[in-house]
Amino acid sequence: MDGSLDVPLLSVRGLSKFYGPRIGCADVSFDLYPGEVLGIVGESGSGKSTLLSCLAGHLAPDTGEIIFQTIQGPRDTLTMTEPERRRLARTDWAFVHQNPRDGLRMGVSAGGNVGERLMAVGARHYGDIRATAIDWLGRVEIAADRIDDRPSAFSGGMQQRLQIARNLVTGPRLVFMDEPTGGLDVSVQARLLDLLRGLVREMGLSAIIVTHDLAVVRLLADRLMVMKSGHVVEQGLTDQVLDDPQHGYTQLLVSSVLQV
Amino acid sequence: MEDYNFAYLDEQTKRMIRRAILKGVAVPGYQVPFASREMPMPYGWGTGGVQVTAACLVPEDVLKVIDQGADDTTNAVSIRKFFQRTAGVAVTETTTQASIIQTRHRIPETPLTEGQILVYQVPIPEPLRFLEPRETETRKMHELEEYGLMHVKLYEDIARHGQIATAYAYPVKVEGRYVMDPSPIPKFDNPKLSGSAALQLFGAGREQRIYAVPPYTQVVSLDFDDHPFKASKAAHDCDLCGAAESYLDEVIIDDAGGRMFVCSDTDFCAHRRAAGHVGRLGEAA
Repeated sequence: MDGSLDVPLLSVRGLSKFYGPRIGCADVSFDLYPGEVLGIVGESGSGKSTLLSCLAGHLAPDTGEIIFQTIQGPRDTLTMTEPERRRLARTDWAFVHQNPRDGLRMGVSAGGNVGERLMAVGARHYGDIRATAIDWLGRVEIAADRIDDRPSAFSGGMQQRLQIARNLVTGPRLVFMDEPTGGLDVSVQARLLDLLRGLVREMGLSAIIVTHDLAVVRLLADRLMVMKSGHVVEQGLTDQVLDDPQHGYTQLLVSSVLQV
Repeated sequence: MEDYNFAYLDEQTKRMIRRAILKGVAVPGYQVPFASREMPMPYGWGTGGVQVTAACLVPEDVLKVIDQGADDTTNAVSIRKFFQRTAGVAVTETTTQASIIQTRHRIPETPLTEGQILVYQVPIPEPLRFLEPRETETRKMHELEEYGLMHVKLYEDIARHGQIATAYAYPVKVEGRYVMDPSPIPKFDNPKLSGSAALQLFGAGREQRIYAVPPYTQVVSLDFDDHPFKASKAAHDCDLCGAAESYLDEVIIDDAGGRMFVCSDTDFCAHRRAAGHVGRLGEAA
């Protein structure tokens, strides 16, 4: 999207977060290139959600730096002022929560939910906002006549798709996803994954997806990071890591998947 | 009268409130927290406005109190009596003679002049409250000028009703900076907020906030490019005085569907009738 593919969009160095004496995540470093999807897998408590929260600016890490390639050039998001970081969070970034209720305004109609980010960056034409909202509802396979319904009238899968539409409407360059398919049944999961894969490819998005579901990363992620007890134990191309796991924990993780 | 300090509140309290008012005047539209006192009336009856009025009153002041435009309703009468007893100030019903006007939910029709103070009673000072329940978050939004959410409310209005259906407490932006709740005045009154010659003070007792619009301050009602703000009123003339440009109350007069529209500003209506204007159901004075 912004031309040079050899400059990382996001560059993380030595990121650590401690909860008192306990480790949240320790010494995490990686580069994310434009258009790339990075999966972070690990069991519960392995620090993957902590890492994602630190990256998205929801938590303040104790050490490390997060260099994001903004339109104006590389900036460390940790030393940014709060207004700058919040502006970034509603323009270039998006965050998809595991529970759509955390990411949606449940008292506001679907159209209002999608339009909120547009209005937050200055859209002031009702007709345009509504047309964009209808377009985006279509892209996430929600019928246009549901635009004035509240999310509470939607099924779980629809809510999750609405949350995705709401996040992608301003054309972000980096999307953080925390277990986007958690809590959905398998057929709905499959459709959502299909949809996500299409959107990511079509828009050239970079994404960081936290999940414990190896099938999700197999489908979506180009590269994979495996975390255990706050440390990154293995990283590499997704197929490489999943088909030829080197670390003992990764081997355990891969072999734990039930074969149907 | 001697049993009370002048205007009921003690001097240190009035000093504290005046400091909040000065800060509010310095930062138009910004909600200044203040240590609201218990007043001898229930919340919702104008405890915030009464405290602001008490802090502004001097013995030479002439006080007018209105409730929904009327001088003779319970809320207006009780507050007026309260200050007559505790401050001994002169009172009036005539807008042009008053130096301080405490109001609940209206701006007088007669244009205000320099030197007058208009004190509003505010139930909920935070315009973002019904969309964002967290006080920490709304403060941050004011701090960073993140007002997109206010338009989400207007969007919802149009989506549901085909037009901006918010008819009172219509959000405004003050001097291009703070979004403010103008208290539950009808949106008909919103244009009068802007560029007013009078000092406008807002007091919210329960929520402990004071804010202000200094004279000649620009106040803009929020809207969409394709759904512009429109000050609305009932499409009638006043049935008593015939005024076409004043805000009207609808009054049901019998149980056979009969109704009349009268000026909500009783002082404005009375002066017009005294000057010989007669409406559809009025009698010549």
